[in-house]
Amino acid sequence: MSAANWTANFLNQLTAAAISVEQFSLPSASLWQIESRHWQQFATLAVGQDVRWVAGWAEHVEGRLFINACFEKQGVYVLLRTIVNAAKPELPSQATVYPAASRSERHTQDMFGVHFTGHPDHRRWTRHQAWAKHDYPLRKDFPVQGEPETVTPPDKDYQFIKAHGEGVYEIPVGPVHAGIIEPGHFRFQAVGELILNLEERLGYVHKGIEKIAEGRTPESLARLAGRVSGDTTVGHCWAACRAMEQAAGIEIPPRAALLRGILAERERVANHLGDMGAICNDVAFIFAHMQFSRLRELWLRTNAAVFGHRLLMDRIVPGGVACDLSASACTLIKQEIVQLSKELSEIITAIDLNSSLEDRIYTAGYLAPEIAAAFGTVGYVGRASGQDRDVRRDAPYLPYDHASFKVALEDQGDVASRFWVRYKEINASLKLIKQFIAQLAAGSTLTEWQAPPAGSEALSIVEGWRGETIAYVRFDADNKIARYYPRDPSILNWPALEKLVLNNIVPDFPVCNKSLNGSYSGNDL
Amino acid sequence: MLRLFKKIITTGVVTEKCKVPKEDELERLGIQIKNHIDKNFSGSITIRAVDAGSCNGCELEIHALNNPYYDIERFGIHFAASPRHADVLLVTGPVSRHMQTALLRTYEATPNPKWVVAVGDCAACGGEFGVSYASCGAVSNVIPVDVVIAGCPPTPQALMKGLLGLMKG
Repeated sequence: MSAANWTANFLNQLTAAAISVEQFSLPSASLWQIESRHWQQFATLAVGQDVRWVAGWAEHVEGRLFINACFEKQGVYVLLRTIVNAAKPELPSQATVYPAASRSERHTQDMFGVHFTGHPDHRRWTRHQAWAKHDYPLRKDFPVQGEPETVTPPDKDYQFIKAHGEGVYEIPVGPVHAGIIEPGHFRFQAVGELILNLEERLGYVHKGIEKIAEGRTPESLARLAGRVSGDTTVGHCWAACRAMEQAAGIEIPPRAALLRGILAERERVANHLGDMGAICNDVAFIFAHMQFSRLRELWLRTNAAVFGHRLLMDRIVPGGVACDLSASACTLIKQEIVQLSKELSEIITAIDLNSSLEDRIYTAGYLAPEIAAAFGTVGYVGRASGQDRDVRRDAPYLPYDHASFKVALEDQGDVASRFWVRYKEINASLKLIKQFIAQLAAGSTLTEWQAPPAGSEALSIVEGWRGETIAYVRFDADNKIARYYPRDPSILNWPALEKLVLNNIVPDFPVCNKSLNGSYSGNDL
Repeated sequence: MLRLFKKIITTGVVTEKCKVPKEDELERLGIQIKNHIDKNFSGSITIRAVDAGSCNGCELEIHALNNPYYDIERFGIHFAASPRHADVLLVTGPVSRHMQTALLRTYEATPNPKWVVAVGDCAACGGEFGVSYASCGAVSNVIPVDVVIAGCPPTPQALMKGLLGLMKG
């Protein structure tokens, strides 16, 4: 079935079910508007067609709430929208059909006061104690400063799932963790060393990103997007800039597109090197940790020397890029790739079939392909459990539409699979960087910005290092942002952690968590 | 196993030299040091890192301090898993309101004498996030700060100099 077919067939199916759809066209996606009473029924029909739930968010527009959900199949994205009255916003939940939609709907419930009827879990999610139950920060009448208390009380009354029985005990972990990592809370129910249940409680690093994005200029939004999740600064910045450019009808120069591709692949390599080392560190295999962190450091130093920033922050700007590559820099990058490939193959041969490493990472943290599919997991987490998805191939955008590479795939679903997928992805990235450098032609790296008309909106989807990364942008008058919603891949991957740790031992939790490596900041916003 | 040892030997020691920085150098790096640590701590401090709401960028660079190039432990600077074992709190991020109590409790759990190092532009002044319904802004809005290491994020070198500058006393 071709890509065009699924939407056509699905529209027929919706008509047969008496669901009327108003169709609009957006860059990167079709926009379908339906009545709110059909919200859940749409999801039921979509799940029957193996359509994946991708993202959900809302927007307050003059007394009404736009409720959005994004769906995908075969690289074709559909943005579903319904409009409800802000005075009593209520519509049937899609989380009954799509487990992936659950936390997103709870976020919309906390931030907009939308009641999703039939939702299996009405507990608050993003809201802790920084604002009152009947205050909704993302409504336009909520002031950005809010009315916070001098000291925000701890969130101590959250109802965690309990387990009872002989020998069952509970382990609360966080929000401040033992390592140098982001804060979040994990509640384990365990028997002996065995994990019976894990419940994640996130939202600790909620910084009001969606709210403080409102009213920004494109340049200012790009800076903010680059700080949604520090390790994905290129990914989020690219997604946001591309969305703004599409909304404004701006095309970036070919050289800028290639440079963005190089930046994104360099970010992927840096993070994968760090993660591969950290996975080994969590099973006390220090040789690999030191080697990978050494390679990562060298890679970051080249970033600093060539692009002027170790993590590549603020290199992507609306209309293009704020950096360029000289001929000598291209040579340096190519030499570095040769050196890295050589070193990696030496390290991989030294650790492959190492029994102490194998013992810990094989079969640990098993994520079954059906669960990975049910949660719509993306990136290396999905791909290690057989989810053959990659935006760069499935919905190609500049410069990937002229590149050839193989999407890494494993099907064992364990920590080792997530390790090996990363290794394969590094090799693919190195090839891509070489291809992009070869295609670089002289030219400008920045297109002049043009303010889009008020109300212009766009959805942009790119493949960040963690996986599919989305930005939705709508402009107000005077070149100001009315709404920005970034969907980090972690939002789809975090729930999978609760499943993949089951029946593992508590001491293996760190390595299971690291193998997934969700972003707390990108999740909490 | 032989391959492993071969790689270790051929890699050699990559750790780089790093001197205790002078005042003007600290100034150039945007590092403000209000107090030098008591002589009793000279030569060894234990750090508890607390992410109070950062984007994770600063954490990546703090991690780098432990890679073989910087190897910060050779200077007696050591990261602990509990604030109860710490002399210094290394705090990143604007302090999110949801982390405010956790940060205050971590501060209280750290035994006296103690120092607080605010790492990164957000911890220094609120950075891109500022003060809002969800963010308290700078770390100094929540707990007293002794040293500020600016940067978005600060490089491992700036972090290292800042921490060595702290121990100079």
